[in-house]
Amino acid sequence: MRHKTFFWFILPSLAAMFLFIALPLVSVVVQSLHIEHEQVIVVTENCGPFGCKQESSVDTEATEQLRAEKPLGRFAGLSTYFDRGHLATAEIAEAWRTNDSFGDFFGEIFNLPFYKALTFTLAYTFIVTPLVIVLGLLIALGVNRVTPVLKGPTIFVSLLPMMITPLVGSLILFWMIDAQGVIGKTLQFIFDDPELSLKASPALTWITLMVYGVWSSAPFAFVVFYAGLQTVNTDSLEAAQIDGASRWQQIRFVVIPHLMPLVVFISLIQLMDNFKVFEPVIGFKAGANAPSLSYIIFADMRSDIIRYNSAAATSVLTVLGVAILLSPVLLRTWRDFKGKAV
Amino acid sequence: MSSVANRSSRSVVIFSSAFVLLWVVIASFPFLWTLWGSFKVQGDFFSKADWRNALWGTRTLLETGGTFTGAGYEGAWIQEEFWRATINTMIVVFFTVIISLTFGTLGGYALARSGHKYAFWLLMIALVFRAMPHITLVSGYLLPFFEWNLWGKLPTAIIVLVAINQPFTLWMLHSFFLNIPKDLDESARVDGCTQIQAFRHVIMPVMWPGVITTGLFSFLLAYNDFAVTSMLLSEDNRTMVPAIAGFLGSTLEEGNVMFAVAAVVSATAPLFVLVLFFQRQIVSGLTAGAVKG
Repeated sequence: MRHKTFFWFILPSLAAMFLFIALPLVSVVVQSLHIEHEQVIVVTENCGPFGCKQESSVDTEATEQLRAEKPLGRFAGLSTYFDRGHLATAEIAEAWRTNDSFGDFFGEIFNLPFYKALTFTLAYTFIVTPLVIVLGLLIALGVNRVTPVLKGPTIFVSLLPMMITPLVGSLILFWMIDAQGVIGKTLQFIFDDPELSLKASPALTWITLMVYGVWSSAPFAFVVFYAGLQTVNTDSLEAAQIDGASRWQQIRFVVIPHLMPLVVFISLIQLMDNFKVFEPVIGFKAGANAPSLSYIIFADMRSDIIRYNSAAATSVLTVLGVAILLSPVLLRTWRDFKGKAV
Repeated sequence: MSSVANRSSRSVVIFSSAFVLLWVVIASFPFLWTLWGSFKVQGDFFSKADWRNALWGTRTLLETGGTFTGAGYEGAWIQEEFWRATINTMIVVFFTVIISLTFGTLGGYALARSGHKYAFWLLMIALVFRAMPHITLVSGYLLPFFEWNLWGKLPTAIIVLVAINQPFTLWMLHSFFLNIPKDLDESARVDGCTQIQAFRHVIMPVMWPGVITTGLFSFLLAYNDFAVTSMLLSEDNRTMVPAIAGFLGSTLEEGNVMFAVAAVVSATAPLFVLVLFFQRQIVSGLTAGAVKG
């Protein structure tokens, strides 16, 4: 295809991505370098019978006018990145000096908003992803053995947790795990503790969110693995049987190697999607105990006074996180591509 | 693999059937429970006394005189005007899907047929864009959109959703077009067609299965979105998902939770129908990317 034709074909798509993905990224970077204007202070001199006094007061009108004229604020360099809400370098140095044990040190860091969100997001990403792969594989192996008549309905039901709107799905589960909901009541009965509430402790909230994550993503892994199972070479399976391989050995040495490329594919997609985790935190009202990076950006924009600079700085750090997460994949693809070109 | 199944022992069969059955229950029970509970009153849906009240509707019978009540639906659809949100969702989803597919088909076709280095790099950039959390982009839109008076309007949300959708659409359609033999449009070119004519007369008639599958996923993205629609739409223009989140903001009053439950069931129903009719396309779409690697 000639360059010119290619250009015209790709133009609408490229323009949309440039205007609404690339430029917003620039806008985020610019916003993160600015900070809201300080209040305009006027100093007035009041002279009375006992001499003159200088009084300073906030000129609300002038402040608002300034903020309306230049909504971006004033240039602040990287200061937002290092403040308490983000990288908090000063706080970490302080914690390092005052705490003797590593436990206390990390405990203190964990309470800084950005690190708390980062810890949860990373934990969620790296715990949910492998669980999704294992559960998806087990379901696929199971469904593969179901009588053909029942396969359609089984797949239909299995798709539902993935197709459902994430916010709606998390709300449905949130209502069920409520202390007065059906799962909440059942758990209270099982653990014989009428006060048990999954919303109370941070640890239980984390587990709840991760269980939701596995529930909603396992169908994706299942469908991909199930399609992969249809193409397993029957000859090699039969050869393995003749050689006396047990069922487990057949799966371990024939089926799993066949599915390995799919595991890579699912991990890639799941790492990207789990790093974005957002709606469940809202649905489960877990913002206090288990904030994700996406959630703290949302919270900054939802507060009474929108903290553009804070939201933008977290966004930039999150995008950097995505880049680091994807870098092995990109490097590998680049090497493959160069190998092909040479 | 029938021969394998025949030879496996009974305990394996029982174990795997039990496992599948358990999964089916885990996957479907929350939906059935919520659907059933949406016709009860709050006192049954969240039962202090006995969870079985939700099954028999004990309090519903006391409060309304019947074991089923449509009060939640009435409250959500009529009192809280959920129908407005439904219409907004229809508008947003319809235009997002149509525009995404138009842009994506042209772009995906070009990427599949180019073979130049920059096509590869565009796909890589699209992959990075796909991994970007949507809310980080939203934080970039907010200030400029306020300034230019674009905030709160449906077309703004539509074009933003189209753009966010593009990386995925491009990847998917790109792999579908790779499956259409190159000879097809090349022979048309030899016969004197321009590239656009070849696309129009040779490729378009055979591309619909791929386009429909991609369209389903664009639909899901637009329909399920919360980050963009909740931040960029004004209260009047809210779509269904932010509207549901809005119900929760005002759940302090008794009964309002049931509005949210009814709205949740209403918003889920179209997705059920979609999966029911397009199960095959959804499965093939999910695996298309995987097979291509």
